This record gives sequence, structure tokens and C-alpha cells, in this order.
Amino acid sequence: MNPRLIREMRSLLGAANVLSEPEDLMLYEYDGSVETARPDLVVFPHTTAEVAEIVKMAGREGVPVVGRGAGTGLSGGALARGGGVMIVFARMNKIVEVDVENRRAVVQPGVVNQELTRAVEHAGLYFAPDPSSGKSCTIGGNVAENSGGPHTLAYGVTSNHVVALEMVLPDGEVTRIGGRQGDAMGYDLCGLFVGSEGTLALVTEITVKLSRAAEAVKTILGVFETIEDACDTVVEITARGITPAACEMLDGWTLRVIEDYIQAGFPRDSGAVLLLEVEGLREAVEEQAAAIADVCHQCRAREVRLAKDARERDLFWKGRKNAFGAIGRIAPSYYVLDGVIPRSKLPLALARIKEIGKKYGFQIGNIFHAGDGNLHPLVLYDPRNREQFESAISAGESIVRMCVEMGGVLTGEHGVGMEKSELMPLLFSDADFALMRRVHDAFNPDSSLNPGKIFPLSKGCGEIRIKKAREAVEST
Amino acid sequence: MTVAEKLTSRLVEILGPHRVVSAPEELAAHAIDGLTPQAVVCPESAEQVAEVVRLAAGEKLAVQAFGSRSKCEMGMPAARCDVAIDMTGMREVAHYDAGDLTLSVDAGLPLRELEAYLSKHGQFLPLAVPCFESTTAGGALASGIDSALRQQYGSARDFLIGAEFVDGTGQLCKSGGRVVKNVTGYDLHKLLIGSLGTLGVITRLNFRTYPFPAASGACAVIFDRAENAVPFCGSVAKKGLPLAALEILDPGTVGILRAILQRGEASAAALLTDGTWCVYCSFEGTEAVVRRITEEVKRATAEQGGGRCEVLDAAAGEQLGGMLREAYEWLRWSSGAVCLQRIALPEITAVTVAELGRIAEAALLRHALLARGAGVVYFATMAEAEDDASLDLLARAALKAKEIARRKNGQATVLHAPLAVKTKLAAARVAQPDEPLQLRLKRAFDPANLFAPGRIVGGI
Repeated sequence: MNPRLIREMRSLLGAANVLSEPEDLMLYEYDGSVETARPDLVVFPHTTAEVAEIVKMAGREGVPVVGRGAGTGLSGGALARGGGVMIVFARMNKIVEVDVENRRAVVQPGVVNQELTRAVEHAGLYFAPDPSSGKSCTIGGNVAENSGGPHTLAYGVTSNHVVALEMVLPDGEVTRIGGRQGDAMGYDLCGLFVGSEGTLALVTEITVKLSRAAEAVKTILGVFETIEDACDTVVEITARGITPAACEMLDGWTLRVIEDYIQAGFPRDSGAVLLLEVEGLREAVEEQAAAIADVCHQCRAREVRLAKDARERDLFWKGRKNAFGAIGRIAPSYYVLDGVIPRSKLPLALARIKEIGKKYGFQIGNIFHAGDGNLHPLVLYDPRNREQFESAISAGESIVRMCVEMGGVLTGEHGVGMEKSELMPLLFSDADFALMRRVHDAFNPDSSLNPGKIFPLSKGCGEIRIKKAREAVEST
Repeated sequence: MTVAEKLTSRLVEILGPHRVVSAPEELAAHAIDGLTPQAVVCPESAEQVAEVVRLAAGEKLAVQAFGSRSKCEMGMPAARCDVAIDMTGMREVAHYDAGDLTLSVDAGLPLRELEAYLSKHGQFLPLAVPCFESTTAGGALASGIDSALRQQYGSARDFLIGAEFVDGTGQLCKSGGRVVKNVTGYDLHKLLIGSLGTLGVITRLNFRTYPFPAASGACAVIFDRAENAVPFCGSVAKKGLPLAALEILDPGTVGILRAILQRGEASAAALLTDGTWCVYCSFEGTEAVVRRITEEVKRATAEQGGGRCEVLDAAAGEQLGGMLREAYEWLRWSSGAVCLQRIALPEITAVTVAELGRIAEAALLRHALLARGAGVVYFATMAEAEDDASLDLLARAALKAKEIARRKNGQATVLHAPLAVKTKLAAARVAQPDEPLQLRLKRAFDPANLFAPGRIVGGI
């Protein structure tokens, strides 16, 4: 890294807000994915003006820039694939304004997802996108990745809740898009920028919609002997037009691992459980809960348990939300996949995943957003064992291919990032890439912002990704 | 061979003789904002659309796609229109997975046909847009016009899950997919909503569908004054009830609506009284939910005071709901010359409503206002005749309304106006801060500026 750039950054931000020592930079070479890439410099701006200045300085030196929130992403979106300057938004963490009357909040990108809900719940409001990492992930990161979560089944993903953005473009220009009401004039720029994985602009302020907390909630645990029965239940709930607020599935192996850690009350001898939640008016919730219980029984549920109070409800959710932590206790490492299939294909998909696990010799756990067909197979592997690591990657690729063959897509909420960029040609044609590339270049013409993401570096095969991953293995 | 003949013969090569219109008398019927195309084509496949666009790109011809033509004059007048593409030749349901509640349709499929198709499976698409009898899926999307059900189901961006379209280089592209949750690649399909055909020719749209509710209900609450009607709306919204629609009708709108209902001998006419304000709300769910919401609306009426709550029977509910879905259509034809604006506001207050009314009154124009709960106001100013002085008054009033919107952190767009008024507004327009970004997108999609040049903001 050019020492002049380091000096300039120190004088702009103060020495405490610039990291350049290798041992400090190491902490920023990871996110929640299996990829690694080390930045050359990490900076912590406090204002939009500082972000714009950082971008300009880096631009003058021809050094790439990448934004990062809490680093909880699962596709390598916030990794400095091309090295360069990493802008960490952790210190731009103010809630700028809350408009209770019109249910809007203006926040800086470093505000932690659950902090916003905490700040508005006194008024009966909350921020709807609820990724499992909500305790630590930032809203800026949610915007970049268009994050989802269990309750997005009923309430939509991040882009359904963002109405306006302030952004710094790769040339350092500060600009605003969208409007406070939500319907902007002209093209839906917010619709494009939310979920663009930090490849078009750096978001420095976000105006979001706040949702009204429901008057009644019921949480239902359906316990099944087999995962097939649980799948049939989800298919039938969807086909009957019942829209729960959340519909999560945990297979038998996964729920036992969780029970060892959390004791959420999932029966250890069951084949699968469904965690279902209905929200809304008291009357609606009563009827929906009854309808769901009916479907569960019809699909051979062993037991349908209604959370009797908030404590039991929280316990069920604690089990769901800490699943990855639980699995981290029993395996040196795991690879969380993220694919989507049409919900009617759920039973078939789960059967295929089992076969794929067998073929590659892995125990594959399943804990996922069944209600919207968003699979999260978990492949456990030992990163020190290079052969096993490569097998894990191959198993993952097979599962993603299966999703596409079933009419699904590569990612439902984790993003493409570095993880799946090489698999993009499974879905997109040369013409699609040409247009996406022109849109990319319209804002980020020199790929100075978050290079090496979304677009495949080499077409068709996974060479680059596997190569990077190999390096990671060798450095462990 | 003349230039026009040459064009026709090349289009015939692509599409065959029956799918190309070039006779002047027939072309005149396809004029938009006074612009008559040199040829109209009616492709039957996305490949044909792509070939036509490639031909246009080679010849530097401007292209405008259209469906039923019901909202063709939305937006600013285009600078040129050489080839018009009639999408109604493509009207298949390409894919439907009732169990997954997902759907993929050709852009030219009329929404009414789609409604009939889905209803056989007990499902529907909550795209309740005006001109519903004729409008196509692609046209409804490209117009960006509001759905009357957005209070509950959101706008198209909330249930459009993917699209295929031909870009300005004549390539068939896609974005999104056919599943309900997806973050694979840029969400380019969202940009097509409200693009008025300026980014690409939409050939296919993927949606999530919704099950029919078990029951529905509606109320009309009549008030003498805006000072009661508008806050009533706010307090109903705050109860967090799942309403399908929540609309405020000012006396101008009530008068027009009542007259239309009366002409059609519709029973709902009797519910409306000239000179009053009306808040219409509809809701869906189980029988118990409908009963509960009805009671809540009655209670809110009593709490607000100064109002009378009419619980609508099924027939009246359907009549009023159907008419409000069509509001854009009857408001724009409610007088000799009408300027209809769509004003998006973060907050709708009695003060803002009064300010808008005063603009019209000061110009001696009649006006009608319809506010949707989601923060969208339809504001129509009406002149009796299309003389210069009247058109000037309409244009001035529209600019003032735009200024009010700007002051209130909102935005105003013209949905309908006589061409002369649109031209005056285009000349007086002030650039929006994000226009340079919009322009960059337009260039990315349509590098040669073929698609409806000039129709959308900033003369893009």
C-alpha cells in the first residue's frame, strides 16, 4: 500500500480510524463465508463527507474500495477481493431520525439491524427484515445484500422496506435517490441499488419503512417423524393459501445438534420440526393457527405444539436463530448454502440433497426458510483437509445446480458475492451479462468499487473460486 | 422504393405480411401525442421483437411498444416514434405453478383474461389498475400506475419476481426468476415498472399470485369537512388493521363518481352525497376478520365525530371498489380539458389537501382529489374548454401543485394532460437531483436512445 495514501487517510480520519498493520488487517479478511481476502488498509469514517473523500483519495491512487458493515455476510460480499481500501461503516451508526407518525426512520449504514427495532418498539413499530445475524449485522449490509430472514415470508426482504438512499458513487460524488413516501419519479433506482452487493455505490444513509407490530402472534411447533411429512405440510400450507409470517424447517440431525446446545424443546427423536408463526388480528391468528394445525395433522404430524407464552416462543426462536452457533460446536467448519426452489418441489429437493450428501460423503444438515422455498443446506467439513474442503465445494455446487434445474435460483438472501459468481452462467446468458455489465459500468466504470463480485471472472467453471479457496486452505 | 416502403418490406421479412401495418389511414389510429409511427408491427414471439429492435437500431429508428393503448399518453410527449410494437399478439400464460403461487405470462396478456384464468385456481394477481377491461400485463407494468389494492398487497415491485425484455441492442435479456425469494444478480426487472417503454420492450413477466380471501367487506364514511375526513383516515391507518384499500374522496371526486354511478343506475350512488367528503375502506380475510374490521371502522367514525359510517352490501362494495380502481380513467375524462397529477406525499394532511384545493380555486378551475392511504394523491384540475387561456391556467396550476409537493418532501408527476399543457410543463420543468443517474441507466439499457426518446423525466 502506498505510504502516501496511508498518510492522507490518517490526516483525514485521525490515526485511530486507520488500520494498516498486517495483524490488524487479518481481522478483516474474513466474513461469514468460506472465502478470505485481505484488504491493504481499513478505514472507519464518521461522516458521508469523509466517505466521499476516502473514495476520491483511493481513486487518485488507483486503489479499489470495498464497503463493509459487521462482516456477517455469507457470500464474500464485504471482502477485499482485489485488496485496497476497506471502508468499515461501524462508526456511522446513528439513528438520524424516527418519524413515528409516518412510520419512517433515517439511519446511518452502521446501525445494527436489531438496534433500530429496539429504538422504535416503544411506539409499537419495528424494522421488518430479520436476518438471523440481526444482533450484529448492519442495515447498510442488509441494503447491500438485500437481506431476508424468517419473517420475510410475509413481509418481504430489505428492498421492500427501503424508500430512499444517500450514496457515494465510485467517483466520490454524493447523491440521493428515492423519496420518503416510497414512489420515486422515474426509474426505481432504490430497487436497483438495494441488493447490488456494494458494486454500484457506497450507501451512507438509508430511509426505511417501519412496520406496525401485530396485535396477536401465535407460534406453532409441528413435530414430524420424517422430513418428507414436514415437506408435505409446507406444500399443503402454501397450496391452501395460508401465509404464515414465518415457516422454518429443521431436520432431525440439525435439531438434535441444537438441542445439545440450547434445549429449545425440539423432540430429539423426531425426523423434522416446523416452526411456524402467524401474526395479525386476533381473529385471523386464531383461524390461521387452527388451519395450520389441521394441515400438520393431515400430514401425519406426531405432535402440534402451540407456544404457551412469550418465553416458550422465544425459546423456539432461540433454537432456530442459534443453529449455526450450535453446529459450530461440533464441526471445525461448515459451509452454509443458499438456494431457492419452487415450493411445490420441496420434497423432491430434500431427497436430492440427501443423495448428494451421500455421494460426497457428507452429513448435510437442513435448517431453512421452507415457506418461501429458500434452502440452507449445511455441509460440515474440516478446512485442514484439503480434499474434504474441495468435496464440500463440489457438493455445494451440485446442490445449487439442482436448484436451477428445478426452476429455482442461485441465492435467495445471501447474495452472489465471490461465492457464486462463477455459477452465474447457470442462470444468465451472454446477453444478460452484457446488460448487467453496462448497468455496472454506468455507475462503477473502472470496477474500483468492490471488484470481483457478482460477475464470473472466468465463464462456466469454478476455477477461480476454488483456487482462492485452496489458497485459504493452504494458509490455515 | 421509398424509405418507408423499404422499412415495411424489411419488417414483412421478419414478421410476415399480416403482422405489419403501414397503410397511412391505419397508422393514424396509432398516433400517440400527435406522433404517427411509420409502421406498426404485431410480433408473436420474443425473437421477433428482438429482430425488430435490431432493425430499428441499425436504422436509428425510434421504437414504442404498446399493449391496449389505454395509458399510452402517460409521460411527456416522445420526441420521435417510427416503429410501434403492438404486444397484444403475445398473450400466453407461459408457466403457472398454482402450488407455488407463481406465474409467468406474456406481456400482451390482458389482465381480465389472466383474472379469469387464475380464478379457476382460486387465485388472483393484485394488480387492480385502471382500464382493467383492456389493459395488458406489460402495459400495466410499464405505466407504473397504482393498484387500488396496494394498501394490502403493495405495488407491482412487491410481487413482480422476474421479467424478460428486449434491450436497446436488440438482445433478449432477463432478470429475477420464478421463485418468490431471489437476490441473484441486479434487480433489473424493478426498473421496468413505470419505465413507459423507455428501457426495453417487456416480453414476459413473472409474478407471485395470491389466494382469494374467504370474505370481504367495505365501508363508506361520509364527512362534511376535510378536517374530519383526513384525520379519520390517519386514525384508521394507525389501528394497524389489514385494509385492502383506504381512500379519501373530496367533494369534487364524490360529485363526478355519483353522477357516473347514477347514470349506470348503480345502487351505490345513493350512498354518496354531493358536497361531502367520503372515506372508502375495503378489507378482506375470514368472516370473523371482516366483522371485526367493520366494527373497528364504525368505532373510529364515532371517535372522530362528524361522520356517518355506511357498511356497504356486496353489490355497493363491488360498484364503489370497481369505480375507484378506474379513478384515473374517469377523472381524466371528467371535463373538456383535464390535468391529472399523481402526487406522492410522505404524509397526507387536511392542510395539504386544502392547499391543493386553493390552487384550483384561485385559477377558477374545478378540481377533484382522491387520496390513497399509501400516500398517493390523484389531483385533477378541470377546464371547460381547450382554449389557450384555459390550458395556460391548467399548466400553471400543475406547476404550483408540484411546488407544494416539493415543499412537503413529495413528488408530483403528470398522468394526463392535453398535449399543449404537457409541452408547457416540459419547458418549465426543473431537473430532479437523481436525473443524472436515471440518464446513466437509460444509456445502459438503450445506448442508441431508441425507446420512446423523451417520454420519461429529463427528456431521457
